Amino acid sequence: MSPGTGGLVLRLVVLGVVLSVLQIAAVSQLTIFGANADLLPLAVAAVGLLCGSMTGAIFGFAVGLFVDTALVQTMGLSSLVYVVAGYGAGRLRELRDPQAALVPMAVGAGATAVATVGYSVLQFLLGVDAPISLLLLRQVLVTIIVNTLVAYPVYALTRRVLLPALPDDPRRRRRRAYATGGLSPLSRS
Amino acid sequence: MYDKTVRRRRAVLALLVISSIVLLTASFGGSGGVSSVQRGVFEVISPIQDGASRALKPFRDLFGWVGDTLDAKGQNASLRSERDRLRRELADEQLTMSENAQLRRQLGLNRKLSLDQLDPVQARVQGTSTSLFSQTINIDKGSADGLRTGQPVMTGAGLVGKVSFVASGAGKVTLLTDSTFRVSARTSTGVTGILKPASGNPDDLVMGGLAARDQVTKGDMVSTRGTDPAARDLPSLFPPGIPIGTVTGVDDPGTDTQQVHVKPFVDVRSLDFVQVLRRTGSGT
Repeated sequence: MSPGTGGLVLRLVVLGVVLSVLQIAAVSQLTIFGANADLLPLAVAAVGLLCGSMTGAIFGFAVGLFVDTALVQTMGLSSLVYVVAGYGAGRLRELRDPQAALVPMAVGAGATAVATVGYSVLQFLLGVDAPISLLLLRQVLVTIIVNTLVAYPVYALTRRVLLPALPDDPRRRRRRAYATGGLSPLSRS
Repeated sequence: MYDKTVRRRRAVLALLVISSIVLLTASFGGSGGVSSVQRGVFEVISPIQDGASRALKPFRDLFGWVGDTLDAKGQNASLRSERDRLRRELADEQLTMSENAQLRRQLGLNRKLSLDQLDPVQARVQGTSTSLFSQTINIDKGSADGLRTGQPVMTGAGLVGKVSFVASGAGKVTLLTDSTFRVSARTSTGVTGILKPASGNPDDLVMGGLAARDQVTKGDMVSTRGTDPAARDLPSLFPPGIPIGTVTGVDDPGTDTQQVHVKPFVDVRSLDFVQVLRRTGSGT
């Protein structure tokens, strides 16, 4: 375990527990156009974006396990979809390292889509009596839209919590590229 | 070095996915071990949820107030017409009730439903899961307070659901809008059937099992039926007379396949307190 890992793990545990409790105790009761915001796939995606695929996947697994336990649901269901969401966001960072300001929103929307659609598919496979209906599609769509709107604040919060424990902050990394010989697009003209 | 990192990453991903699937299989198959662990962790988490729920109530109320104000404007006109209709019905009902009271006295019957006899206990809602697939709430009362699975849960507005899981100090309630929920129901005109959520739309309940001669009209009240007198060896979990909702429409009326759509009285998304009826007896 590297020196900074302990601090990062502690911060991830606190972040996961606080956001899960907030989601269960408050956000899930706030209905917007028949659906709720879901902070958890956003947090998992944000952790994936900031810390990489392995941390994202492990964080997703742990958060899913916590939620399934707290709501006395079928265990492993949320874990499975959040593992995929966290791993996907982390791989995006490792392969592309996107820097655009809208990336957290796009990744949040993608993670929400993976989580809601994946959860629905797994429920159908388990035989839950809720066939594909216009209401289900509407709920999935509204959840994705609402989550897209709140993705940036969740990303900013996650980043603020994790930043002191991160070995390489994306913002610092980008600045370093200009300071060590990389040419700014403006200087080429 | 790179290959080692890639291998490790893939191994961790595979381990997490396999763990999830194993947990899912064990949990869905009703494994006692998984259930025990879940119960233990639920006991620990429950007070945290309770504290968070209390602390965040002003925030929820503020958000709910904004939403309710917008909804109220839209509902105003329809509620006025409903009020006028209910006033007329109330006048009829009062006449019927006075006649009914006289008959009861004459016959020496006093089987009126009394909640106090059903040993109700008030519980605070700690957490909610209201996705289309799992409509449940967590409450701050459990087996230590006398709760058992299957006990009916209600509010002043009507039926909420039934207790489906209990730990020592907390419990889980499956809402009447959950896809697994079923209850024997009766309309205000005496028509009986089985009520369940409409497939894919938990805000709409559907009453089926009606005969072609059964006539149900929009606006009829629906309440729990209690135990079917013809099936006393299969008592209902729910006592008779708990209000459930109002009839909003009938599909294929006058046929054996007619289905009655019911809008529940209780808004399951804004529950703060519920009552659990601990002594349901035979549901009569």
